[in-house]
Amino acid sequence: MGCLCNQQEISEEEKYKQLKEFIAENREKKGYLIPVLHMAQVIFGYLPDEVQAFVARGMNISTSQVKGVVTFYSYFKTSPAGRHHITVCLGTACYVRGSKKILDALEDKLGIKVGETTPDRRFSMGVQRCLGACGLAPVIMIDEDVHGRMTAKKLDKILDQYK
Amino acid sequence: MNDKSITQVLVSIDSNTVLSGARQIKTKLITELSRQGISEEVRVIETGSIGPTNQGVVLGVFPGGELYANLTEEEIAEFVQERFVKGRTYQKRLLAEKLPEEMMLQEYDSRKTQYYGRIVLDNCGRINPEDIEEYIGVGGYEALGSALQEKTPEEIINIIQASGLRGRGGAGFPTGLKWSFTFKEKKYPKYVVCNADEGEPGTFKDRLIMEGDPHKIIEAMVIAGYAVEAEQGFIYIRGEYKLSIERLQKAIQQAREMNLLGENIFGTDFNFDIQIKIGAGSYVCGEETALLNSIEGYRGEPRLKPPYPAQYGLLQQPTLINNVETLANIPAIILNGPDWFRNFGTENMPGTKVYTVLGHVNRPGLIEVPIGITLREVIYDYAGGISSGEFKMAQIGGTAGDILSAEQLDVPLDIQSLQALGHNLGSGALLIMNDSISVAELLTSCMKFFAHESCGKCSVCRIGTEYLYTACNRLRKGEGYADELENMRDIATTMKLTAFCPLGQSVAQPVFSALKYFKNELSKSIKQNKKSFSPTREKNSKVIYYS
Ligand SMILES: Cc1cc2nc3c(=O)[nH]c(=O)nc-3n(C[C@H](O)[C@H](O)[C@H](O)COP(=O)(O)O)c2cc1C
Ligand code: FES
Repeated sequence: MGCLCNQQEISEEEKYKQLKEFIAENREKKGYLIPVLHMAQVIFGYLPDEVQAFVARGMNISTSQVKGVVTFYSYFKTSPAGRHHITVCLGTACYVRGSKKILDALEDKLGIKVGETTPDRRFSMGVQRCLGACGLAPVIMIDEDVHGRMTAKKLDKILDQYK
Repeated sequence: MNDKSITQVLVSIDSNTVLSGARQIKTKLITELSRQGISEEVRVIETGSIGPTNQGVVLGVFPGGELYANLTEEEIAEFVQERFVKGRTYQKRLLAEKLPEEMMLQEYDSRKTQYYGRIVLDNCGRINPEDIEEYIGVGGYEALGSALQEKTPEEIINIIQASGLRGRGGAGFPTGLKWSFTFKEKKYPKYVVCNADEGEPGTFKDRLIMEGDPHKIIEAMVIAGYAVEAEQGFIYIRGEYKLSIERLQKAIQQAREMNLLGENIFGTDFNFDIQIKIGAGSYVCGEETALLNSIEGYRGEPRLKPPYPAQYGLLQQPTLINNVETLANIPAIILNGPDWFRNFGTENMPGTKVYTVLGHVNRPGLIEVPIGITLREVIYDYAGGISSGEFKMAQIGGTAGDILSAEQLDVPLDIQSLQALGHNLGSGALLIMNDSISVAELLTSCMKFFAHESCGKCSVCRIGTEYLYTACNRLRKGEGYADELENMRDIATTMKLTAFCPLGQSVAQPVFSALKYFKNELSKSIKQNKKSFSPTREKNSKVIYYS
């Protein structure tokens, strides 16, 4: 989820249509706001205000409720991410194994800080508190791939795999 | 499948080994074996985690129980040649430790399934988690059959109560009691929720249980549903746990096909089905009431307790919430009885506990041990000792866990002994550290986590976590105020007493224990001449001090 690489051709209109269909299928079920937002993020890549408003209208709830949920969960993004999203784990297990150094090295290499996107939109970067792969600490995740036992030295080779 | 005469190779396929290419290795193994014309004699079995988690692809070979780690794809041809054609051990990648012989798949005998003290992980690494037949082959769903056909809900609850099982999600609440509360409510529908959010940093036991043995969780949830008279179950799981979600989905599908889920299970008039709910990244959602809000599609903020979920849970209906590991104990208890379960662990907390041992140890990974063994035993007997330098401290139970020093190495890890010292067992993470990490550094990392994850509902927690973070950060840099430590204690005390939910209350744990055991070290980070404003402390204030 979250990657748009193979959806580039789809028009805005088509995206809204897909979302509308998904909402129509699920709006009667209780507690479906989060799955709908998951889907919206898959379709659009992120959740801009317009999409949030669209979801609110579609599900017949207030925009503030939608916004409240979107901003609460770290999985939902409100600004467009890079083509590849890097998540650095700063959980305790990774931290004691040196993940801060990895983060510094990444900031250095890419010239961006946490929460930012490179000008060419190739990478964006975020941090997480434990990716649940502590056995491999320190861990970074690029898109859906987890890279364990990271060292600053290995970074170049790994980043090269993501164009 | 049960032929003892053939050789078995267990390939551990879990989220850790997959990253190191376990799937490719498995394919390569199979091709190599058939190239050598011995695929009849050597059986390749895909399993969940076998044990070591930081050693690349891990293989077990039976008979003998040899354990190989860090194998690369290029080496497989040579490995097959050496090990299976010539029949010698492949020294290059052989580990010193061995897998217990009982892990070899063999004729099923229900009394013997729980070997060498493994209850929760008994099948992990032994059966193919994606095949319901294998689970049934080792006695799976037998407990469910016996529960539905031979026992009443009250009888089941009595068995669980007699077993003394306590929740493994962190709080250690007696499970049987919780079930009986939900059972007593006569308001329908009721729900069963499996808490698989596992957001506690350093904890990934639930993940490996779900990846290695998903059917056990499903079986346990159906039994729970029958016992508390619920017909719908939910598994609330972290979005990051892709492989777990995939395997659970597959398992649910298979169970439905065999009518182990759905209507009239085992030909009785009991119906039960399970739905998976995927979380969206928030630590506090692991707290049971926040989790319920999240399932309902709201912000995952905790609710005021009481009323407890047993009375007003999901959609305000009676709801039973249990952790993955807690549930994983249920089938074995039903099959073998409460007395058998009490053979393990301590009087006050029977059974085993799954720990994730991490940090500066030689063999970080997952272990299941009887409750009550000491930290020293964990580190030196199971985790291969400290990897470099000296043992300095351990944080037990995750980020909200206590920080212990070398003096506590011999305290038994069970609720009673720990509570006597004012500590908690927590979620099962054991983070072991050598002297390369300063206490202030560890605390800063923990507090940053809480400042980020505080849901913002109550101000004590919202502001308190931020304050503690900045204070710890000052200490980390050696710039602490003269009264820093007193202030930290005050803030933590206030949070413990007044925070709305257990997240805010639990922040105090690491702070208190660090102040208790590492006061000297922390005092060194103080710049004597500077004093901060003192937010809560007055000359004659009545702040209660915890130690
Ligand atoms: C901040 C916070 C986070 C929690 N996270 C989890 C979690 O990730 N997994 C879990 O099973 N329990 C978690 N709990 C504990 C649950 O609230 C609850 O006690 C548990 O799910 C009950 O199951 P048990 O009785 O089987 O242990 C958390 C509690 C708090 C306060
Ligand atoms: S702390 Fe980094 S994966 Fe758990």
